[in-house]
Amino acid sequence: MKYPRHAPPSSIVPPQSIAGRALVLVVTIMTLLACLTYGAVTLVYDAARDWQSDIATEMTVQIRPAEGLDLPAEIEKVRKAVAAVPGIASVAAMDDRSTLSLLEPWLGGNIDINDLPVPRLLVLTVGERDKLDMNRLRNVLKETSSHAWLDDHSTWTARLRGMANTLIVAGILVLLLVLGAMVLAIVFATRAAMAGNREVVDVLHFIGAEDRFIAGEFQKHFLGMGLKGGFAGGVLAVVLFAALSLLAGSFGSSGDTLDLMFGGFSIGLGAYIGVAILVLVVAALTALTSRIAVQTYLE
Amino acid sequence: MIRFENVGLRYGTGPEVLRDVSFHIKPRSFQFLTGPSGAGKTSLIRLMFLAIRQSRGLISVFDQDTSTLTRKTRQSLRRRIGVVFQDFRLLPHLSTYQNVALPLRVQGKDESSYRNDVTELLNWVGLGDRIHALPPVLSGGEKQRAAIARALISQPEVLLADEPTGNVDPPLARRLIRLFVELNRSGTSVVIATHDIALMDMFDSRRLILTDGRLEIHD
Repeated sequence: MKYPRHAPPSSIVPPQSIAGRALVLVVTIMTLLACLTYGAVTLVYDAARDWQSDIATEMTVQIRPAEGLDLPAEIEKVRKAVAAVPGIASVAAMDDRSTLSLLEPWLGGNIDINDLPVPRLLVLTVGERDKLDMNRLRNVLKETSSHAWLDDHSTWTARLRGMANTLIVAGILVLLLVLGAMVLAIVFATRAAMAGNREVVDVLHFIGAEDRFIAGEFQKHFLGMGLKGGFAGGVLAVVLFAALSLLAGSFGSSGDTLDLMFGGFSIGLGAYIGVAILVLVVAALTALTSRIAVQTYLE
Repeated sequence: MIRFENVGLRYGTGPEVLRDVSFHIKPRSFQFLTGPSGAGKTSLIRLMFLAIRQSRGLISVFDQDTSTLTRKTRQSLRRRIGVVFQDFRLLPHLSTYQNVALPLRVQGKDESSYRNDVTELLNWVGLGDRIHALPPVLSGGEKQRAAIARALISQPEVLLADEPTGNVDPPLARRLIRLFVELNRSGTSVVIATHDIALMDMFDSRRLILTDGRLEIHD
């Protein structure tokens, strides 16, 4: 005689308790912090990359005025020589009014540029980077004028790169700390769950369950919690980024400055994928940590 | 099957609760383990199903010295021993069906392979209409029968029952013992720990009598 199928087997580990809900909340918060850290790191990385790319497309040549020097002629001489260097797309001389506007925050508006030894600027736009030979450019400049000096922004680029790398390393450390704290929380929660379910573990032992079966049951239980908490944390992180992006847009000119500095708070596909990967990592870490904790406890 | 030779058991630094206990549980045998409360019956049962280790002496289960067992071997030997606890030890969040099916589930068997066997066994012990009930709503007798069914489902070679009739009325107690006798006839060795002399007198069986930690055997 065949009997009808009964309800699907329940979890051997008793369902959600107050401690279980608290752990889900801990995992949610840790996932949120991890995603925010990841988002901040990608923001800094993308901004630094954009800045470097912007800076790398431009250089300046400064021509210092000197006693008896025909400045306009010198500017034109240098401009023609530099424009002929392969890899340079264009060279534009900054006119006097533009030069004065750079000094206005410090010197005010009513000054005569000819009264001050203000260097004149040539803005070089780099065309094909791989065709540009910097040594050749410096040599051409040196041969053309002893009053000209090349600023390739390498100092700024190096400082920017250093700052960005420091922030990225700090972000990674914070991420590791957050995940480490989460692992510790799970270890304690697993031990508490084992102690609280001692009766279940004893019965399983007495009916011949192997340690790996018992560990597997607890692992399934904690994987479920990890997925719930991780998913909730990931969703919260995405919502927060979207909200910050909207808020940044409503800051007016301050928002424009933020956009200029950070390229906006808009979260791209890469960040979504990163959040999804983090959620899975959190869930997997939760399951693995609990399995190891259970096996250690049973031994 | 199970052999004890000069086994002693002590908890911590206290006095020995079992002293120089020697006996042999043979295949297809049926015996009562008796003695006053506190004599050591439960401790002896726990030694037999490898829940605790002896302080001295030799115990062999299915011809294997228990002091040399690996953790995995110990777990696999337990699958050949069915245990009925005095306090039932049913998992309260699992239904009667799921509790009884548990030994098969931990062996990794698929539900479709044991569904019929579990249902038939539950019918046999008189719990056919309580399949989906949770233990907290079962009576003492129903819990005891569920615990017995759980011990029997994997067809153990040895069944150890610790005071299986302690929580039921006399008519049900007699029915449960007859159930054990039926089981013994089908090939399982049975050891029943009880202090119910009147019940034991109804069955002409071997008696292992514990007094002050020492064992006497009455065949």
